[in-house]
Amino acid sequence: MTDLTKMKVAEARDALRKGDVTSVQLTESLLSAIEGADALNAYVHKTPEIALDQAKAADARIQAGDAPDMCGIPMGIKDLFCTKGVPSQAASRILEGFKPEYESTVTTKLFDAGTVMLGKLNMDEFAMGSSNETSCYGDAVNPWRRGNDDALLTPGGSSGGSAAAVAADLCLAATGTDTGGSIRQPAAFTGITGIKPTYGRCSRWGIVAFASSLDQAGPMTKDVRDAAIVLEAMCGQDAKDSTSADLPVPNFEAMLTGDIRGKVIGIPKEYRLDGMPAEIEKLWADGIAMLKAAGAEIRDISLPHTKYALPTYYVIAPAEASSNLARYDGVRYGHRAKLAQGDGITEMYEKTRAEGFGHEVQRRVMVGTYVLSAGFYDAYYNRARKVRTLIKKDFEDVFAAGVDAILTPATPSAAFGLGEMTEADPVQMYLNDVFTVTVNLAGLPGISVPTGVDAQGLPLGLQLIGRPWEEGDLLNTAYALEQAAGFVSKPTKWW
Amino acid sequence: MLDLSFEPPKPKVIAGAKYDWELVIGMEVHAQVASQAKLFSGASTQFGAEPNANVAFVDAAMPGMLPVINEYCVEQAVRTGLGLKAQINLKSAFDRKNYFYPDLPQGYQISQLYEPIVGEGEVIVDMEPGVARLVRIERIHIEQDAGKSIHDMDPAMSFVDLNRTGVALMEIVSRPDIRGPEEAAAYVTKLRQILRYLGTCDGNMQNGNLRADVNVSVCRPGQYEKYQETQDFSHLGTRCEIKNMNSMRFIQLAIDYEARRQIAILESGGTVDQETRLYDADKNETRSMRSKEEAHDYRYFPDPDLLPLEIEQAWVDDIAASLPELPDEKKARFVKDFGLSEYDANVLTADTQNASYFEAVVADAGDGKLSANWVINELFGRLKKEDHDITESPVTPAQLAGIIKLIKSDAISGKIAKDLFEIVYTEGGDPEAIVEERGMKQVTDTGAIEAAVDEIIAANPAQVEKAKQNPKLAGWFVGQVMKATGGKANPKAVNELVARKLAE
Repeated sequence: MTDLTKMKVAEARDALRKGDVTSVQLTESLLSAIEGADALNAYVHKTPEIALDQAKAADARIQAGDAPDMCGIPMGIKDLFCTKGVPSQAASRILEGFKPEYESTVTTKLFDAGTVMLGKLNMDEFAMGSSNETSCYGDAVNPWRRGNDDALLTPGGSSGGSAAAVAADLCLAATGTDTGGSIRQPAAFTGITGIKPTYGRCSRWGIVAFASSLDQAGPMTKDVRDAAIVLEAMCGQDAKDSTSADLPVPNFEAMLTGDIRGKVIGIPKEYRLDGMPAEIEKLWADGIAMLKAAGAEIRDISLPHTKYALPTYYVIAPAEASSNLARYDGVRYGHRAKLAQGDGITEMYEKTRAEGFGHEVQRRVMVGTYVLSAGFYDAYYNRARKVRTLIKKDFEDVFAAGVDAILTPATPSAAFGLGEMTEADPVQMYLNDVFTVTVNLAGLPGISVPTGVDAQGLPLGLQLIGRPWEEGDLLNTAYALEQAAGFVSKPTKWW
Repeated sequence: MLDLSFEPPKPKVIAGAKYDWELVIGMEVHAQVASQAKLFSGASTQFGAEPNANVAFVDAAMPGMLPVINEYCVEQAVRTGLGLKAQINLKSAFDRKNYFYPDLPQGYQISQLYEPIVGEGEVIVDMEPGVARLVRIERIHIEQDAGKSIHDMDPAMSFVDLNRTGVALMEIVSRPDIRGPEEAAAYVTKLRQILRYLGTCDGNMQNGNLRADVNVSVCRPGQYEKYQETQDFSHLGTRCEIKNMNSMRFIQLAIDYEARRQIAILESGGTVDQETRLYDADKNETRSMRSKEEAHDYRYFPDPDLLPLEIEQAWVDDIAASLPELPDEKKARFVKDFGLSEYDANVLTADTQNASYFEAVVADAGDGKLSANWVINELFGRLKKEDHDITESPVTPAQLAGIIKLIKSDAISGKIAKDLFEIVYTEGGDPEAIVEERGMKQVTDTGAIEAAVDEIIAANPAQVEKAKQNPKLAGWFVGQVMKATGGKANPKAVNELVARKLAE
């Protein structure tokens, strides 16, 4: 029998239907792979019993016929999703011991379709980070290494555990969330595919909020077809989330024809950064050539406000976060500091939040509080909101001019070493998001597809940005790029 | 539409040790929306439930929970705005007001700072017949209520009850158009009356469903007029805000105390600090709660969990079409159609239930003035004795109309009518049948009355002599005749006969 863990979602779906494999078999092989992969620290909470129960139920449903695509497919779930009765901590100490009494809408949809949950996946604390180094569970580790160098690399962040688990075949697919690049950057760092759909495609209900106007859930998968299948199962309107869109969910997979003849692909000049590594330049040029060869028209475009995107993002996201995280106060759930004699409510708040939040979260809460405070609101938050409108308009203008998708690098570099950025200015870490945050600010769909490797054999990804609500078209362009790039490398197992 | 014209009242003047002072008052009234469910969660709003029984995940601010607007509450805010003749904003938006407190689980209150749902409106505050203050409404916005912290149940711990958390409030913000403690109380009374007419708030102040923050400042006579001309607040004094008042009486006492406190400071050469104060009813004084420096920085910003609230003009029009007749219109109609005094019309329109009771009586009995007298003097007086309101009246409008009709047809006298009312009130029954059964019918047979009059006159020759000297003493004979006939004699006939016989 082939190694079941290496299966893709589409393959597994077909094999399950043919009876070549059962969900229980798939699940058991993945559970045993997970057991042997603690070195990656991808799973922070394993749920083998739930997984096997769900797998058995899925097998029965498949046998009965008429099971949905995701039935019996084992997935990992980012710790940011509230899963009923299962620890859901957003990788934060402040949610110590928290087991929700409810199930997020996205996981509900997946489970209703028969998806199997293998466990909860590591991430940056409250999804704040680009390297999975802010997790209260410790770093998740990238299964890829630089040649023969055994230095541990970051899987990226914040969905680092999800990326590592998919890349290391510890699940067939994983859920991620993306506020400024948290799906696309880790996907690029680990040689997998990750799509952030249009803001409003997936319900945010039951996902621990970081920055509400930017957060979106999406799938992280081994290829574009899998992304199409899993995304379809995750998204759809939800009355419990006022910002979710009342639009039908298309059959994304059916739109994967690979035919992009006549499509107009925009190449934004502002994404050509000073000092960008030659490898990234080349990756991008190769991608352009591939799409052109596939029959697309390549057009140079300008998105003039791009240079303001990162500062805008790092005002808006912390502002929203400072308010969203106010509820973690030690009063009702999660961690509460031990108090000294005479301590009052203020001390309880201060000590609880000082102990419960890590440094990066504290930094962002403080930045957010500052930019919203009286006297600074207009200079920071309000100005950032205005710039955000301009950034959005940049995109609207190029789409109105006939551009179908925009091609950019996904990240400015390949995965870096864990600990390498510890001493650096936090802004250095924030620069990881330089190509991805614009998409969140504009609410657009964006997908990261692996298309090459760097000199040390590490995967590199390109990003495609699509028109709002046209994930199907975007996935098809990504599919064409994937076909042309033919990226098939896998990390060598060392763990 | 019929308008009752009015003059503005004179502002209250307080004589300080050195100067005269006037008051300038603006109010923020928090009215709980009469809704079964909370503003952003489906949880119940039922009063008096077990602590923390009415709490949804959203109210407890569990991770990942999101607010969803309750359309019914929006409708009530629009209805309220229309009732206050206010601008309805078809687009409004929600903002977060951030501060930490255990009874505020989210760490922020969802409110509407930048774009409220209702804009400028007005309230006519009746002071006395022909005298009223027009108070301008600046805005009405909808927001979440907070929960309740309980500090006196345990020496070391505080408890939190989240039942109230997330209940919908309308904050009705007035301009500083109120000029005295009585006007302030009258403003709240009128607002409460309108809200109850509209059915958008039950106005129960005891349960905290209607409460007011009162902004008070003082200025020298003439300054307010300058403010009115320019709308420039610099002509007015520094204001202090007295928080969370839920009694008309305390509102007046607190304003009076606060005004005198500010006057004393100003007259001794000091300056009033802008601050938030609390009223202590036991000591009848206001105390500083927090100064301007200690004021929270609420870091308001648009709530990203909620899309801007967009409503359609057609929907607003439908709500407008369904508005009930409001107090001012009803009062004007009562004066015009029933010939009531403005005073009586005021009393009868204070409450929709009073008004509809009266309308039912007058529809049956005719005679607006007589009906008004009976409803106000007899019925309300009797109900008040037992601390009942109109909904608890044992006398139905049909019964009361029955009594009034008996008076009008001269079947019973006014005095007998009062006895009859007492019987109907305590025992029930059809007034006409009671009058028949118990022989309470007025004696209009002049023969019988004449016999009684003759008898009394014959039995009291000394009194007759006196009465001939002083006709005012005729009343004594009338009384005796009434007594002899068990009160059933027609008083008019008795009067006439006594006068005639004494003149013989």
